[in-house]
Amino acid sequence: MSVIVGKTSQAPDFPIAAKSALKNDQLRRNVAHATNVIRNKRALRVEEMPDWEDLRQAGSDIKAHTLAHLDHYLEEFARNCELAGGKVHWARDADEANSIAINLIRHYGGTEPGLEVIKVKTMTSDEVQMNHALEAAGIKPIETDLADMIVQLGHDEPSHIVVPALHKNRVEIRDIFRKQMGLPELTEQPEDLTNAARHYLRDRFLRAKIGISGANFAIAATGSVGVVESEGNGRMCVTLPEVLITLIGIEKVLPTFADLEVILQTLPRSATGERMNPYNSIWTGVTPGDGPQAFHVILLDNGRTRLLEDEIERETLACIRCGACLNACPVYRETGGHAYGSIYSGPIGAILSPQLQSLEHSRSLPFASTLCGACYEVCPVKINIPEVLIHLRGRVVREDQKTLGGKLSAENIAMQTVATVFQDHRRYEAAQRLARIGQTIFKRDGQLTNLPGMAGGWTRSRDLRPIPKQSFRDWWKARDKNGEETREKKAEERA
Amino acid sequence: MTAREEILARVRSALHTAPSDPVAAHARLSHTYNRIGKLSREACLELFIDRLVDYDSEILQVTAESEIPQAIAKALQHADEHRALVAPVFPAACLPPGFEFKLDNALPTSEIEGVAAVVTTCEAAVAATGTIILVHDGAQGRRVITLMPDHHICLVHRDQVFELLPEAMTAIAGRTTKPITTISGPSATSDIEMTRIRGVHGPRRLTVILYG
Repeated sequence: MSVIVGKTSQAPDFPIAAKSALKNDQLRRNVAHATNVIRNKRALRVEEMPDWEDLRQAGSDIKAHTLAHLDHYLEEFARNCELAGGKVHWARDADEANSIAINLIRHYGGTEPGLEVIKVKTMTSDEVQMNHALEAAGIKPIETDLADMIVQLGHDEPSHIVVPALHKNRVEIRDIFRKQMGLPELTEQPEDLTNAARHYLRDRFLRAKIGISGANFAIAATGSVGVVESEGNGRMCVTLPEVLITLIGIEKVLPTFADLEVILQTLPRSATGERMNPYNSIWTGVTPGDGPQAFHVILLDNGRTRLLEDEIERETLACIRCGACLNACPVYRETGGHAYGSIYSGPIGAILSPQLQSLEHSRSLPFASTLCGACYEVCPVKINIPEVLIHLRGRVVREDQKTLGGKLSAENIAMQTVATVFQDHRRYEAAQRLARIGQTIFKRDGQLTNLPGMAGGWTRSRDLRPIPKQSFRDWWKARDKNGEETREKKAEERA
Repeated sequence: MTAREEILARVRSALHTAPSDPVAAHARLSHTYNRIGKLSREACLELFIDRLVDYDSEILQVTAESEIPQAIAKALQHADEHRALVAPVFPAACLPPGFEFKLDNALPTSEIEGVAAVVTTCEAAVAATGTIILVHDGAQGRRVITLMPDHHICLVHRDQVFELLPEAMTAIAGRTTKPITTISGPSATSDIEMTRIRGVHGPRRLTVILYG
């Protein structure tokens, strides 16, 4: 099985990609503006909920319970979906999901090249690079979410889970639309840009025979599937075509319809800072006379079952893709999403992409964090992202240590040395004395500003306080020696 | 092994715990969040209206059912519209004279496109989030007629308004065999510099007529 997560295999390591992102002032302005707006709106909408923490806990409990019985709920969902007239397909990996989709499109749409299919925003389809696979098969996928259109027409990559084009400002979007839609007079007013998208898509919605969607949830007890959205393009895609193909990650299943009352309260507030997003569509199999008369579900594994094994890693699968952790992350807010080299960016991407790919192609991502914990605080299903990050850092290091190159690397030797020194207080104190002497040549105005080697990574952008003349340990010892004397003197003074 | 068998086998081997009863375990999950509203009827309706206004929805309030036709007429006039779609079973007595109401007898999209408005009833509504819930059946119409027109006029009985989402979800839980759409204000996007723009593909105008 080959797990693919977007284009991660061709992406540079995070520190390299981040450096070039940080040089792009326009990108940083756009990302800072967008994340600030969503963060503030979210805070407002969360504050007005007296039972927010209870909802977070309930969401976390429901997800943990579902994952612990995932086989049961998947089978129940598949059974009920098929009883209602749907057809369920299972895909071990990205290639299998794409070939199922292509076969279905060929079956219903014929083999005429350039056949159009309409798509509503689905991160899972980006994960398996479905558009790329469809195009290679001569099928033309049309993204219908405004931000996804901007990304697709601009031959770009999504940089955010919820707002994929947040790295583009209105002028950049206008230029893409002018060129791709043949509208040389188009202004950069958001109303005009939105209108252009509406007109561009209207005919395409009406003539498309086949629609492709993702799903925010699948309900085991009823076999229902749901899409959460704002623009109405989701409703169009799941209503107008004759055939609907829905790609769902296996972790998206929920036990009962009642469980939705938790997710539908936490997801919109966390994702866009709205009390409720404009539209939720929930459908069950095929309804005669209403909407698509052929409905296919593709249940996707693509590395997810591997995450189930480990209790800490399993938490990652609770994610409902709200993107709150991205907006809260001090690293994401500076670099934007592209630096992560994966369609899943930010804190959740830093734990999800490496795990899906069993650490291949994304070994630098668990280190792309300050471990400040802001992501955990805002997560509506309480995924302890810092804990998972540390766990993954441990895995990366242990895997490295298994190779000779890793064992002999400067970092490993330095870390092993530090471990030995920290194990014994005599060694620690001796090292401190040595460092106190050694540091003098790096001191500038009472700060260490330019350390050599790996330590230079720290001092390149931060000052470091030097080790003081007297350490706490020295002071404690001196105090012990003079302790009795000092206390007597103080007693005398008081008397 | 088929993909289905293989994925399920992977799940089972990954879980490495003794199988337990999922139904009983699910029933034991605690729900400490608010599931039942505390507001009075008046306060609840006031909250609903406040939320609808916040989403730029239009609200018309009537008391007697006999006033509904006038309210529908007003909603159409405000938008300068003369024609609207309705489901075939929509109560004719609620429709005002002087307008053309096109019955959706399985109309093809080509005949739906071009009609500016649609009038429907709803299944339930949520005050806290300003949401109306359609279960696409009867006078609530097929999904397509509530989606393509630019103006959705929705009748909401005051008794259908619940304070909290969990209350409304409980009320509709038995109706999942039909498609369900929840609507909170007109269609909108914030994809361009986080500026909220009303009206993308779904109806750009939402009028709620509160009655009963």
